[in-house]
Amino acid sequence: MSLLTFAKIELHNLFSKPATRPYPEQPREYPPRTRGHIENDVDACVFCGLCSKKCPTGAIQVNRGEKSWSIQRFSCIQCGCCVESCPKKCLSMHQSYTEPAQRKTIDTVCQTPVENQNAS
Amino acid sequence: MSKRSIVPFGPQHPVLPEPIHLDLALEDEKVVEAIPSIGFVHRGLEKLVEKKDFNEYVYVAERICGICSFMHGMGYCESVENIMEVEIPPRAKYLRTIWCEMSRIHSHLLWLGLLADAFGFESLFMETWRMREKVLDMFEYSTGGRVIFSVNKIGGQRKDMDNDMIREFLSVFADMERDLKELVKTFLNNSAVNSRLRDVGFLTKQQAFDLGAVGPFMRSSGISRDTRKLGYAAYPFLDFEPITSDVGDCYARTDVRIREIFQSIDLIRQAAAKIPNGEVSVPVKGFPQGEYFMRVEQPRGEAIYYVKANGTKFLDRVRVRTPTFANLPGMLETMKGCQLADVPILILTIDPCISCTER
Repeated sequence: MSLLTFAKIELHNLFSKPATRPYPEQPREYPPRTRGHIENDVDACVFCGLCSKKCPTGAIQVNRGEKSWSIQRFSCIQCGCCVESCPKKCLSMHQSYTEPAQRKTIDTVCQTPVENQNAS
Repeated sequence: MSKRSIVPFGPQHPVLPEPIHLDLALEDEKVVEAIPSIGFVHRGLEKLVEKKDFNEYVYVAERICGICSFMHGMGYCESVENIMEVEIPPRAKYLRTIWCEMSRIHSHLLWLGLLADAFGFESLFMETWRMREKVLDMFEYSTGGRVIFSVNKIGGQRKDMDNDMIREFLSVFADMERDLKELVKTFLNNSAVNSRLRDVGFLTKQQAFDLGAVGPFMRSSGISRDTRKLGYAAYPFLDFEPITSDVGDCYARTDVRIREIFQSIDLIRQAAAKIPNGEVSVPVKGFPQGEYFMRVEQPRGEAIYYVKANGTKFLDRVRVRTPTFANLPGMLETMKGCQLADVPILILTIDPCISCTER
């Protein structure tokens, strides 16, 4: 048994670069498969509602009459079920995570006219 | 004459990442009895089978625990696949094996770090977790998630790993193996570390058997049993033997887990060499009817899944027995006669996962 078994690692750490990244000066680069958040290309959407039916947490609401698509970002578990089930492939998973917020919001997108609105 | 007192330990304690409460009966500094309490964060996930259909329940199953996430999802999926008599493609079986072993590596590295933290060796803790970070990065690269992977589905896997990705992972594991060999010298040879681990918390082979211990906790007491040998995923095609130790103290548990990390890297190499090309999932139609009992070797030990289906999209029952629950009686036995200062180490040597237990 030795007292100095860790000394080699300590010395190596002393003269090597830090293992951490200087955030936020150097933002993280996400791998291509990172499940960050869901986006909808609403112009291609046919509002069939399959994504809403497949969503395990019920985070997605589709209103065919008003041609609107809503998602509760803070209920979404980023499983990707909606992306897989979308027949028009207008849903996609983006790499960056949902931004933090002070209260839970619902993101709604409408087809015509195209607009983004946030409602609590 | 020694003074008898009761010391409450937990549920909030610096060495406990999760809440478990122990009432320690002490005679001076010596523990004579420990009485556990669990249930502080019970989430009632098994009740959710009434609301989530059998496909959606995969996402619930993998949220039982953040560390064994993949294996919980896989255990549930394999149970339902067996009920429905679905044969998944060979490539999916190998992918499950690779991800399972990656989970085991990251869980054991996490545990080694927590152990180092418990005996006050902060640099060793940081060093171990830095190594674990590489496994999490590989998980994110291959599945898209660092904690919850969402790649299991009934009928196979959602995502594939191409052969280039697997080769890249193998080179990372080769580097990791080299660094780990340096690091484990500290765990196994350093005198300060040894003084906290050797001859502490003995569990004999008979006690381990009688108290139903599982996993590395059981194997370090000399019982050679590993549920991977039962033949789920691609384990029947891989060559390995359960890693055991006959000593049964904290040092033996550390030694067994360290050797299991190297074994897992070897299993990943074997799986990468044998993985066939082809599909990773098959379509599944209809609803399950019947029941199945499945045993999975998680990093902490044997987990049991019991699924009962009634022919509709909602299951009748899902029951999960987790390794920590099985190891609690053994842990209490090791505490009898130990010093109060050794209690944190003894709790950690079963690798407690209360979120698994309180599913």
